[in-house]
Amino acid sequence: MTEETITLNLGPQHPSTHGVLRVLLELDGEVIVDAKPDIGFLHRGLEKLSEHRTYQQILILTDRIDYLAAMSNNFAYVLAVEKLLELEVPKRAQYIRVALVELQRIASHLFWLGTHAHDLGAMTPLFYALREREDIMDIFEAISGGRLTPSFMRFGGLAADADGTFVKNTKKFTDAFAEKVDDYENLLTENPMWLSRTRTVGMMSKEFCINTGISGPMARAAGIEWDLRKSNPYSSYEDFDFEIPTGLQGDVFDCYMMRIREMRESAKIVSQAVDGLPESDGSPIKAKVNKFPAGEVYHSIESPRGELGFYIVSDGGKSPARLRVRPPSFVNLQGVGELLKGRLLSDAVAIIGMIDIVLAEVDR
Amino acid sequence: MGVTRLGGATVITDSLDWIIKWSQRNSLWPMSFGLACCAIEMISAAAARYDMARFGMEVFRPSPRQADCMIVAGTITRKMQPAVKRLYEQMAEPKWVVAMGACACSGGIFPTYAVVQGAEEFLPVDIYIPGCPARPEALIDGLIKLQQKIKRDKVR
Amino acid sequence: MTLDGLTEKIGDYIKETDSFRDEVTVTVDRDAIIPVCRILKEDADCSFDFLSDCCGLDRLPETPRFMVVYQLYSLRYGHRVRIKVPLEEDDAEIESLTPLWKAANWLERECFDMFGIRFTGHPDLRRIITPPGLEGYPLKKDFPLEGSETT
Repeated sequence: MTEETITLNLGPQHPSTHGVLRVLLELDGEVIVDAKPDIGFLHRGLEKLSEHRTYQQILILTDRIDYLAAMSNNFAYVLAVEKLLELEVPKRAQYIRVALVELQRIASHLFWLGTHAHDLGAMTPLFYALREREDIMDIFEAISGGRLTPSFMRFGGLAADADGTFVKNTKKFTDAFAEKVDDYENLLTENPMWLSRTRTVGMMSKEFCINTGISGPMARAAGIEWDLRKSNPYSSYEDFDFEIPTGLQGDVFDCYMMRIREMRESAKIVSQAVDGLPESDGSPIKAKVNKFPAGEVYHSIESPRGELGFYIVSDGGKSPARLRVRPPSFVNLQGVGELLKGRLLSDAVAIIGMIDIVLAEVDR
Repeated sequence: MGVTRLGGATVITDSLDWIIKWSQRNSLWPMSFGLACCAIEMISAAAARYDMARFGMEVFRPSPRQADCMIVAGTITRKMQPAVKRLYEQMAEPKWVVAMGACACSGGIFPTYAVVQGAEEFLPVDIYIPGCPARPEALIDGLIKLQQKIKRDKVR
Repeated sequence: MTLDGLTEKIGDYIKETDSFRDEVTVTVDRDAIIPVCRILKEDADCSFDFLSDCCGLDRLPETPRFMVVYQLYSLRYGHRVRIKVPLEEDDAEIESLTPLWKAANWLERECFDMFGIRFTGHPDLRRIITPPGLEGYPLKKDFPLEGSETT
């Protein structure tokens, strides 16, 4: 009797790949011998399209790059363009931006939590997490008109100023949020089934993460104390008091704890931002921009998935000569082949989930 | 439709077509087929606030063999197109296709080399739901229109 | 890291420098890319241990036509540097950085996929995100946005 491996195709249509990802698994029984991710099923030619759109029009495209964190994409893009233009952003706009982006981080992590738990068999957290996320969507819709794709940031500020309703609803959300996170933790953190499916699964070392270019909650789960909001602060993040959680062994459980704790920290930042919101000094909330100087800039932010950067090469025209998106999910996903080797088939879902990929960002 | 009483029991009689269509439209099982951003709004539509379960549709079946309705939620890229076609062919009759979102309707905001300009290029679409992304209410409205279409049309 | 600091470490290899908007950019020849990156990664004052990004650039109608652009970051010091390597259109080949950083693997594959730039020594250089059967390299300036009839 000879031993042969079988090839199993995971995706591109699969409830647990979180999008159109295909992973070709070679199995020896239940053990994964080799795993090859196959991507490109959501490649829409965004970078090429950007060369044919004006800088203002590209803002709409950026929402669709990482659709779970649209505000973060808008933010990274406008910061890069503002760097190119050397544009000052009023303090009030900076604080509102921080509040919106941190709310977006919470929404993104909530969605991740719900779907990840659902993949591993825990169906209840999905409904709880989406319930809280709807509150955040309401806040976004009230201020910008869009739930998932707000396109709210503008060069030099925002599309519109925030009013008392924004402050009130945001405070209401953050005041109640810590209890909600306690609810999720009650369901999962000490649950023996959750622990057995996530502890010691997909462990990553610091060296592996740094060498593979992994950033964001995954890198922090492996013990690397690195968050661009602290190491290279932008948009007044240095004014806020928050902690950077780190993990011990970089397994699925640590990644889960990172995101839970980040949600708590983000709620603190949002609270501080709206409490300390500077009064409007009369300056317009956005700038009128017509000319874009020639030059190159790269600016990155800490998006919910890791280092999201925009590299813009301008030749002085209305459209960029090159717009490159540094996609955190794409770089983080590279490591999955190695992480899956030697694991069981059921761990494949847990490990792919811990990366928190958004395929539109992976493929652009 | 006729309603009579027969020895203490209430009996409702109607044409077989009507009964088949009634049961089909009130238990449409969508195939979980989210491609891009619209998929997130589809999941939100299935969650607690918008609750597609009210219409008999909360049972998303991952397997095409068990699904009635394919909600193409998101951009269809050239690489994904063969997979979509194959999944459609694997679904058993009767089946319906809902194109959710601007990308599934007509390619959306991506007139590029890599994007199929609408699901109708290779699938028979029954309902088009515009939006970028289509709001959960819009999806539910579209699905209700699908239910009405099933009621109106000949039985499949 | 300041331009002076960099010149001390890799001055021999630098062809051009730029510091637009306080960002340090150095242009080096393609033969220098591995030695330069090795110095920048291993030197204690530089400590550029993180390869943030690697992408291509098509400068048509300028020559040399292509540029490969690397963004390096130091986790220790929080500083960044951009390294650019010009490549001629008919000789678009450069050594792969995969021996130094595993992160270069998919990033270089995408650069190849989009521009046709070949990375010698790459363990698995093949197209990664474009549709199979696509002819041509999409991010080249002469590739039409809607694609041609062969796509």
